[in-house]
Amino acid sequence: MSTQTHAKLIRGADSDWEVVVGLEVHAQVTSRAKLFSGASTAFGGEPNTHVSLVDAAMPGMLPVINKECVAQAVRTGLGLKAQINKRSSFDRKNYFYPDLPQGYQISQYKSPIVGEGEIQVDLTPDHSIRVGIERLHLEQDAGKSLHDQSATMSFVDLNRSGVALMEIVSKPDMRSADEAKAYVSKLRTILRYIGSCDGDMEKGSLRADVNVSVRRPGETLGTRCEIKNVNSIRFIGQAIDVEARRQIAIIEDGGSIDQETRLYDPTRGETRSMRSKEEAHDYRYFPDPDLLPLEFDDAFVEGLKAHLPELPDAKKARFMADYGLNAYDASILVADRETANYFESAVQHGGVSRDAKIVANWIMGDLSAFANAHGLSVLDAGLGADALATLVDLIGDGVISGKIAKDVLVMLLGDDKGTDPRELVKARGLIQVNDMSAIEKAVDEVIAANAQKAEQAKTKPGMLGWFVGQVMKTTGGKANPQAVSDVLKAKLGLS
Amino acid sequence: MNDLTALTLAEARDALKSKSISSVDITRAHLDAIERAKGLNAFVAVTAEKALTMAKASDARIAKGEAGPLEGLPIGIKDLYATLGVHTQACSHILDGFKPPYESTVTSQLWRDGAVMLGKLNMDEFAMGSSNETSYYGPVASPWLPPNWSADKARAALGGDKRGLLTPGGSSGGSASAVAARLCLAATASDTGGSIRQPAAFTGTTGIKPTYGRCSRYGMVAFASSLDQAGPIARTVRDAAIMLRSMAGYDAKDSTCVNSPVPDYEAAVGRSVKGLTIGIPREYRLDGMSGEIEALWGRGAEWLRAAGAKVVDVSLPNTRHALPAYYIVAPAEASSNLARYDGVRYGLREPGGDITELYENTRARGFGAEVRRRLMIGTYVLSAGYYDAYYVRAQKIRTLIKRDFETVFADGVDAILTPATPSPAFGIGEKGSADPVEMYLNDVFTVTVNMAGLPGLVAPAGLSAEGLPLGLQLIGRPFDEETLFAIGETIEQSAGRSKLPDAWWA
Amino acid sequence: MSVDQAAVRRIARLARIAVTDAEVPHLQDEINAILAFIEDLSAVDVEGVEPMTSVIPLKLPMREDVVTDGEIEPLILANAPLTEDGFFLVPKVVE
Repeated sequence: MSTQTHAKLIRGADSDWEVVVGLEVHAQVTSRAKLFSGASTAFGGEPNTHVSLVDAAMPGMLPVINKECVAQAVRTGLGLKAQINKRSSFDRKNYFYPDLPQGYQISQYKSPIVGEGEIQVDLTPDHSIRVGIERLHLEQDAGKSLHDQSATMSFVDLNRSGVALMEIVSKPDMRSADEAKAYVSKLRTILRYIGSCDGDMEKGSLRADVNVSVRRPGETLGTRCEIKNVNSIRFIGQAIDVEARRQIAIIEDGGSIDQETRLYDPTRGETRSMRSKEEAHDYRYFPDPDLLPLEFDDAFVEGLKAHLPELPDAKKARFMADYGLNAYDASILVADRETANYFESAVQHGGVSRDAKIVANWIMGDLSAFANAHGLSVLDAGLGADALATLVDLIGDGVISGKIAKDVLVMLLGDDKGTDPRELVKARGLIQVNDMSAIEKAVDEVIAANAQKAEQAKTKPGMLGWFVGQVMKTTGGKANPQAVSDVLKAKLGLS
Repeated sequence: MNDLTALTLAEARDALKSKSISSVDITRAHLDAIERAKGLNAFVAVTAEKALTMAKASDARIAKGEAGPLEGLPIGIKDLYATLGVHTQACSHILDGFKPPYESTVTSQLWRDGAVMLGKLNMDEFAMGSSNETSYYGPVASPWLPPNWSADKARAALGGDKRGLLTPGGSSGGSASAVAARLCLAATASDTGGSIRQPAAFTGTTGIKPTYGRCSRYGMVAFASSLDQAGPIARTVRDAAIMLRSMAGYDAKDSTCVNSPVPDYEAAVGRSVKGLTIGIPREYRLDGMSGEIEALWGRGAEWLRAAGAKVVDVSLPNTRHALPAYYIVAPAEASSNLARYDGVRYGLREPGGDITELYENTRARGFGAEVRRRLMIGTYVLSAGYYDAYYVRAQKIRTLIKRDFETVFADGVDAILTPATPSPAFGIGEKGSADPVEMYLNDVFTVTVNMAGLPGLVAPAGLSAEGLPLGLQLIGRPFDEETLFAIGETIEQSAGRSKLPDAWWA
Repeated sequence: MSVDQAAVRRIARLARIAVTDAEVPHLQDEINAILAFIEDLSAVDVEGVEPMTSVIPLKLPMREDVVTDGEIEPLILANAPLTEDGFFLVPKVVE
């Protein structure tokens, strides 16, 4: 059991309570074809089009495993620093449901492809916890049933039936909603880095079953309830809080928790017991006789390992070491692999190293603000890494001021997309005026036009700002503000 | 009886090649025979038009000198093989109206080699049975007359409930009956616990269940995935060898199918058995075994000795556990394989107020009594609390059974000779109604072979005192079907081919 | 090992096969007859024996990640008892 410090306890009516959380995350594997059939995994599409005879469970159909799905599972296992099981096997999980055409799901029960591992989860940039991974296994996704198309009938679409899923089971190491949310977020980042899952929770590529139990500190684990199919990080947090309080209330009232499966209802803000499926499911797991044990050798694993990208923890450490970023900035940049690469390309552009902190600030500040406002990613905003690098260089060389640069950025993200910033600045006449004689002339003009104020400024230094503003106005904002300020100070007689 | 239907597959092949007969003629002859034999109930669907179209195409290819190995030869297909656009129901009500939009690999290979499809053959429902009495389409009558029955009596029974007429065995009862009655030159069949070999023995025909993985299971309605294998039933060992060569072969769509070349099995027919070592397993000598069967077994050993083989006693200690273990493993796998028959995407659908009712009503209505029994046993032995005690234990016993054979083969035995069945064919309605286990005992000599995944061939070895066919079984090393064909031919030659029954049913 | 009537009903429910009250006793007898038959196995010594995983010594073959199938919606629906707008229809399932 980990000895790390955890989030605070929940105050109940009688005592403090600790909430224990474990997560089973289902991640849809990125692959062209399905786990055991050659049909497409493409999202959407007319109903029952991405369906082969195997997916429709026609009589006599047999499964054949997709090598890429196996590779994705191994890559993910490596990303989770987990044990890779070179020999694993497939079991049938038997139950009846209209979106499960075979009447069983091919999964891995006894011998999963990946064993124990761990994830480092950053709660704050300086404080992380380790969450253990119990196992990862491959299994088939089910189709989709629509229950709202008619009053009396459900509509079944098997497009998703047979798509490969990785079920990633954590150890019950989390102690709060925030820890659980951070875990899912980090796991999602790792999966996107590896490219084994796109992590799109809205599309359903990533779903979580949340196991929640409560106990007074020091006690043994309480009975847990499983909240199924939570499809957003926000809801995961809400569901945990709501469920923990529900359980605490029951126990403090003298009752006990029934182990059951529940659903989170975000509109009501409560968890509900799923309609009782008679007794607990008896899945009658047994080894799938249509599939032999899955085996691969060290060379297969090493080959995949060699081509893994740098993962977020390593990249964060490198950004801090090589670029002098602090933990906070590094964390934000590595949260998305493409953003991290974008950052690095901009810093290194042209073989010249520029101030990484400044590049980082532009990305995390103005660029992100624009992207968010337009529902885009930083990359899709349209500012190439080379253009960002040029912009930063222009400021550094004093060609434009920081303020002008913000305006230039807006132009580059809008009508002037794709234009070289240097050209743009020249064309719009935005080049900063550094010519001291011109600045002196402008300052003299303003002081002459405002003699009274100039007198007052001698005793009211705060008026410097107003004068700076006036000079900037007469120069169309192009004067080097620092130089203007220095000249004004001298001419107004301020120290 | 038509001359053309009296030919063996090999004879017909040669006659076609030499152009002394045409495929259209021999196909028509068989279609006529099938029509006259309707009472036997061997066929559940006859594809007359398709057969003639295929025959014409075959004649054209033969004329051009492009004949395939089975060119123009009319054969029957067991109903559990998916045949494109044609009735495929594994003789179950639950697959009512199902016409697959796909073809099984085994049958597609037969068509690739030029064979002509006469139609689909009756079978026990979902291959569960040893007498073809569980079929939704009713029982099949063997062309062999029950002892002391006149042709008139038999014809009368044929028109009624067929009680008393002989079963052809099962589950490939339609295949065996059709081949023995000369309604087709050969037939495809399948074997999970003996369903090729036992019917072959009951009808005086030859059948082989090849090594597990030799033939593709793609497009075969699955019963028990780790036991099912495709194989032919034919009138001679040579015919069976010719059929198997076309049926066997690697298929990437079946993960349990082996990727190794298919030998020319026919070349092994007629090979000398001199120097081979034949094992006689003592555990197959059952208490209360029929004296006649025991004598036949001894005769078989003598024939092989006379042909130059060495005959030795061997021991397969776990033999008696095979049947009970089989009746755990097979139903367990079936309970899962048959879960897809739920009224949602194909086949029968019975109304239901909610989805559960739909499932329960459809499956209760759609499955026959034997299938229901086995699905319930299968569900039970996999269920929580019983899985280790039953299923896991049965799979461990399976390892022991396979080990027994491996030991014997490692000691230098090339093939094992055993009886095929504990008795000759029995009458329709005679067994199993009071106690389901009574019917299961028919498989006692055959299930070991499926449990170990080995090849098993049954060749006709003569007639009983009452004039009914008896067969002997040969069990071989993995993928050594050639040795079985060689030994099988010796048995067939030594026994002398018994005359198949004349058509009393016409 | 034998089953009582409650067990028979439970198994039938798991297997999704409707059984009427009248059928239960007979079904119970049939199942118990078969269970009695397989009971002998409990006495066999299987100490240290691995359950059979595959009858043939093969490794699971893997296929390339290429879309080779699907886009056959008419064939998928061709044998369906009830469809609408390309969906399979079943009585409403309440979650």
